Order: sequence, then C-alpha cells, then structure tokens
Amino acid sequence: MIRPHRRHPLFLAFLLHRTSGILLALFLPVHFWVLSLALTDAAAFDEFIRFTDLAVVKLAEGMLVFLLAVHIFGGLRLMALEWLPWTAMQKQLAAGAIALSCFVSITFLLQVI
Amino acid sequence: MNSPIKTRHVAVWRGEGEIGHFETYDVPAYDNQTVLDVVSHIQHYIDPSLSYRFACRVGMCGSCAMMVNGEPRWTCRTHVNKVVGQDVLEIAPLRNLPVIKDLATNMDPFFEKWVKAEAVHHSSSSRDDDMTAVLPNDAERKKADAGIECINCAVCYAACDTVAGNADYLGPAALQRAWTLYNDARDAGKQTILEAVSGVGGCHNCHAQGGCSHYCPSELNPMQAIAGLKQAATRALLKGKL
Ligand code: HEM
Ligand code: SF4
Ligand code: SF4
Ligand code: FES
Repeated sequence: MIRPHRRHPLFLAFLLHRTSGILLALFLPVHFWVLSLALTDAAAFDEFIRFTDLAVVKLAEGMLVFLLAVHIFGGLRLMALEWLPWTAMQKQLAAGAIALSCFVSITFLLQVI
Repeated sequence: MNSPIKTRHVAVWRGEGEIGHFETYDVPAYDNQTVLDVVSHIQHYIDPSLSYRFACRVGMCGSCAMMVNGEPRWTCRTHVNKVVGQDVLEIAPLRNLPVIKDLATNMDPFFEKWVKAEAVHHSSSSRDDDMTAVLPNDAERKKADAGIECINCAVCYAACDTVAGNADYLGPAALQRAWTLYNDARDAGKQTILEAVSGVGGCHNCHAQGGCSHYCPSELNPMQAIAGLKQAATRALLKGKL
C-alpha cells in the first residue's frame, strides 16, 4: 500500500526510477557474465542463446528493455530538471518518459517475437 | 450556520511524546466545515484537554498544519468535504516532527534548520547607506519573489520523504528561503548561503520527488528553488569557489 502522502505523480516517478535502477544493478552483472561466455565458453554461450529463444524469456527481455528505457528517460528528465532552465511540466515529462519507454519496449518485443 | 445533517466519526491522535493512539469522537457535520472547526469542536464541547495549535484561521500564520487522512494540510483552510471520501476523518500531528502532545508538534528542529541553512538576512548596508534598489522586473528579483510568500507551516517538511529518511536534511522550506535570500539584492551572504546549503544534509540530498511542491498550501515550488541551489552550488564548485 502506498501511503496517502506519496500518492502523487512525481513520487511514483521516483519509485519507478529507484526500482528500475535496483533491478538494472541486479541484472547487469549477469548480463555481462553471459556475454563473457562468448569468449570463455562458446558451447555454454550457444546453449544460453537457445534458452533465450523461449517466449517467456523474450517477454522478460522486453521487461528489461522497459526498465532500461524508463530509467534512462526518467534519469534524463531529472538531469534536465537540475541542469536546464526550469520547466513547469514535470508531471507531463515524467508521463512522457514512461510513454516513450513503453513505445521502445513494445517495439523491441514486436521485433523479436 | 447550517443545521447539523449528521454526525461524523473523527479519529484524533491523543498522547504525549512518542506514545499515543487514535481516539474516536462524534462531531456534528456541517456543509461548510473546516478540519480546524472539527478539532475546535472537540476541544470546546467534548474534551477540553485536547492540545492543538492555531492562530489566524485564514491561512496566514502557518501554525495549524496537521496530517489529515495521512496527508499534510493547513487545517484552517481545508474543507472537511474536500478530504472525506469514505466518511473517515483521521487527524494526526504533523509528520517528521517530534510530538509534544496530541496534535501539537515541537517545531524547533524545523526552525533550527532555517538558521543552519543560513536562511537569515545577511545585511549588506547600514542605516547610513542609501537603500538598495529592488527592481521588480529584475530576473534575480523574480526568483526571490517566487518563494517569498512562505508562511512557515512545515507542510512541505512533513511531506518530504528525504526529511523522513535523513535527520540532517535541511528540508524544502529552509532551502527555499535560502534560495530566496541568495537572490535578494539586499543580502550580502551569497557565499555563506552556498556553503551552508551544499554540505551534509544540504540541497544535493533532494531526489526531486516533489512532495513539497505538491502539498505547499501557498502553492510555492520548493523543488524548483532547490534545483536553483544545486545549479548555483555546482557552478561555484566548478569555479573553485566552494
Ligand atoms: C544512461 C543511463 C542512466 C541515466 C541517465 C541514469 C540517471 C540516474 C539519475 C539522474 C539518478 C538519480 C535519481 C535521484 O536523485 O533520485 C539515478 C539513480 C540510480 N541509478 Fe541510474 N542512470 C542510468 C543508468 C543506470 C544503470 C545502468 C543502472 C544500474 C546499474 C542504474 C542504477 C541506478 C540506481 C540504483 C539509482 C539509485 C536510485 C535512487 O537514488 O533513487 N542507473 N540514475
Ligand atoms: S522535492 Fe526534494 S525537498 Fe521536495 S519533498 Fe522531494 S526530496 Fe523533499
Ligand atoms: S514552502 Fe509552503 S509548505 Fe513549506 S513551509 Fe512554506 S508555505 Fe508551508
Ligand atoms: S490557523 Fe493560521 S494558517 Fe491555519
């Protein structure tokens, strides 16, 4: 349950940013380890690539693309807020960052399925 | 006044210091009734020992802020009808401040942080000097004016989760006042202010969650003021002045 004083758009944007940041931090080491297999153990790497052909894995990849996109666009919004002349439309920009991330991740899914 | 239509159950925080509980009171419900009216009714007619704070009742003094159904609000200008969705009204002391008794908080930490943020006037002239010209259309002046109507109610301070998580964080109101003075032509303490707001607990702690700007009853934008401080502090750092 989100407590009442947190139920406003920019807090939700913050929550999404932190959650996506933490999930990315958990995912990226695994990602780099798998990539390293291409150099160290080609057979295991090929096997893993076959595993990623499963639809459910593709779906999970789509989620990761979403997390990355939403963290990047959301992060760019925060950096613009702090470094560029002030824009009042922060809620709209946050919503735009999410919309753009949905677009990117759904486009990705359509490409790979 | 309208005749009472029905009775409203109101849960009010009672207790001293950290220890307390919600107690329920039946208060007559009127069409036009503020949350402060409800609290006053309880104190006048049900339990005179209820402690709370108010003064102006018109949104000027900043003393009546409380948590209303979990959200920080000035109670004198909050209509009960506006906040009661499902007929529940829960009134608690302002968040992020130590409770003295019932609905009255100790606001010392809040005001001490204004001083820590150097959100105090640093005079640039004496009585023998001419008055500094304050030009209303000057870009700096507009930045100062944006936050000048703060009534020190601590609603933003109660809304801020960075304050909740970091006892040293100066908080939105103090930082906004520091930014106001930073842009005031009459203030001679720009460097002092920047040093005060860029240390531990300073402006760089803000995560731009915007609770402060969302809840400020005077519709000010402390989040914007803090972004201004971050820029000014970083510019000073790059110039080797911090
Ligand atoms: C180029 C892409 C990225 C941009 C523009 C970006 C931007 C940001 C910004 C501005 C913040 C501060 C948010 C705040 O003050 O609350 C932040 C926080 C964070 N980022 Fe990123 N980031 C990026 C990539 C990543 C990656 C790849 C990871 C994972 C390893 C990551 C993990 C985190 C975490 C864990 C936080 C802390 C969350 C918080 O304090 O709320 N970021 N990021
Ligand atoms: S924008 Fe900054 S100061 Fe305002 S509530 Fe959020 S963290 Fe606190
Ligand atoms: S900035 Fe707004 S919410 Fe914060 S103390 Fe001032 S008037 Fe109250
Ligand atoms: S009583 Fe003065 S602001 Fe509410």
